[in-house]
Amino acid sequence: MKGNEALAEGAVRAGCRFFAGYPITPQNEIPEYLSWRLFEVGGTFIQAESEISAINMLFGASAVGARVMTSSSGCGISLKQEGISYMTAAELPCFYASVVRGGPGLGNISPAQSDYFQSTRGGAQGDYRVICLAPNSVQEMGNFPKLAYDLADKYRNPAMVLADGLLGQMMEPMGFTFDFIDVDKLPPKDYILTGCKNRKRRIINTLRMDSDRLEKFNWKLYEKYKRIKENEVRYEERYTDDADIIIVAYGTAARVSIDTLVRGREEGIKIGLIRPITLWPFPRKIINELASRVENFLVVEMSIGQLIEDVQLAVEGKAKIHFHGRPGGNVPTGEEVLKAVKQALK
Amino acid sequence: MTKIPMRYCPGCGHAIVHRLIAEVIDEFDIKERTIGIAPVGCAVFLDEYLNCDMIQVAHGRCPAAATGMKRVRPDVIVFSYQGDGDLAAIGTAETIHAATRGENFTVIFINNAIYGMTGGQQAPTTMPKQKTTTSVYGRDPKIHGYPIKVCEMLSALDGPVYLERVALNKAANVLRAKRALKKAFRIQLDGLGFSLVEILSPCPTGWGLTPRKACEYVDEKMIPYYPLGVYKDLTQKKPT
Repeated sequence: MKGNEALAEGAVRAGCRFFAGYPITPQNEIPEYLSWRLFEVGGTFIQAESEISAINMLFGASAVGARVMTSSSGCGISLKQEGISYMTAAELPCFYASVVRGGPGLGNISPAQSDYFQSTRGGAQGDYRVICLAPNSVQEMGNFPKLAYDLADKYRNPAMVLADGLLGQMMEPMGFTFDFIDVDKLPPKDYILTGCKNRKRRIINTLRMDSDRLEKFNWKLYEKYKRIKENEVRYEERYTDDADIIIVAYGTAARVSIDTLVRGREEGIKIGLIRPITLWPFPRKIINELASRVENFLVVEMSIGQLIEDVQLAVEGKAKIHFHGRPGGNVPTGEEVLKAVKQALK
Repeated sequence: MTKIPMRYCPGCGHAIVHRLIAEVIDEFDIKERTIGIAPVGCAVFLDEYLNCDMIQVAHGRCPAAATGMKRVRPDVIVFSYQGDGDLAAIGTAETIHAATRGENFTVIFINNAIYGMTGGQQAPTTMPKQKTTTSVYGRDPKIHGYPIKVCEMLSALDGPVYLERVALNKAANVLRAKRALKKAFRIQLDGLGFSLVEILSPCPTGWGLTPRKACEYVDEKMIPYYPLGVYKDLTQKKPT
């Protein structure tokens, strides 16, 4: 299956019944697929007039209880930022996919990882976080929507999948690891708007003029994010036991780095890999532990350096951090990363 | 309505319209099926005054949120309540596209030709020569362009079912406004499609006038520029 299509099908199987989005390369297969697939399951597909409108449609649809989704790339995700902040402030769940292309500006349509900050630091207002999952295969593209929805509902917070143009476009065999969700059997939400029959009326308003009230709400978010950091970190670890250097990479950069790892190990270079699966919450603990006994880290990313800052924070100065970046839509090769490994170990 | 005292300025049209909406909802007995959408603007506090499920949405995006709600829950009655900045500046695209998609909800558009909440800046509906804090010498079409006439503009689309402009400057007009609101909700209840009621509303504070003078301003300046009446009504059969 194609990555984008697997993601779309995975979302439908995980209970998505409302999608609003706008065309932008390299994720157009997602709205195209959902335009007919959602109809088959009694859901709604809307090609909105803009990405701004789309995220706000999600705000409404999530407020009345549906599992909702949007997807975009680069500048389109930028447009959604205010809506994402609103959803965190309203504590509404949603799922969105960012299929990253080269930037900044209009950039190009080739794969990149230059939206790491946009995804984990957020470009919107306020002290909020978004759960961020980073697949590195079509298998994960298809299965992460279920995890995203489960986490979004559990914590009443937006959750996203951060992919890149290559993952979106490539085709690999894959299989769904979960059963088709019956949306009627999902646990009821006691905060949604349905009309106030037989209950007190509900208000969703993110304006909290009284500072004490807003402070209290922000601490509530703090506690929520603390729980997520404690419970929801996910990563893949390969060959770290005897490693002299550990590569940290996600998504397509991680796929390339696995190739590097295999090549390097064949030559006797002891390479290990940490592949963050949750970019937020970041797997700080494991990297910090490894930094106590491994002297070198190599961060590989398709950008001029964003993931590396989280690695620096996690390493706390205990090890050397090297960087291999390929921005602008170019994808590194296993050989070039191996060269970077050798350079780092000199 | 709730028992919370409204914080609007003396002479403000919001208080009247809130009351009219509450009456319409009660007359149709749909309070338990209704969700109201509050804008950004003076009416951001709408949820405090109307006693039904309420949501406040990002500036200009009420029609998008309403679309999301109605598509997922077509049985719920949804209305959006927006001012001139919300509906005709930042929200122009959402307004036009919800209208052209013919989404089955009701838009209540409060047109006071100024930005009230933020202190009286120019609005897309500010009239030529009208003074605001960002057009202190008066709106000059050569510099500031021309106002948008929302009912006229939307009437060019095939999507909307019912568009009417009313005003609040005198009792007869207030009654007419209520009839228009009732008709708009009726259209939604019948599943017919998109309706919008534009209500010319006094803003004494924004205009620097007394409440009484503000009502005269609506009569003498606004109504000639924004004529009252029905701009579209697909529920009326064409005369043969």
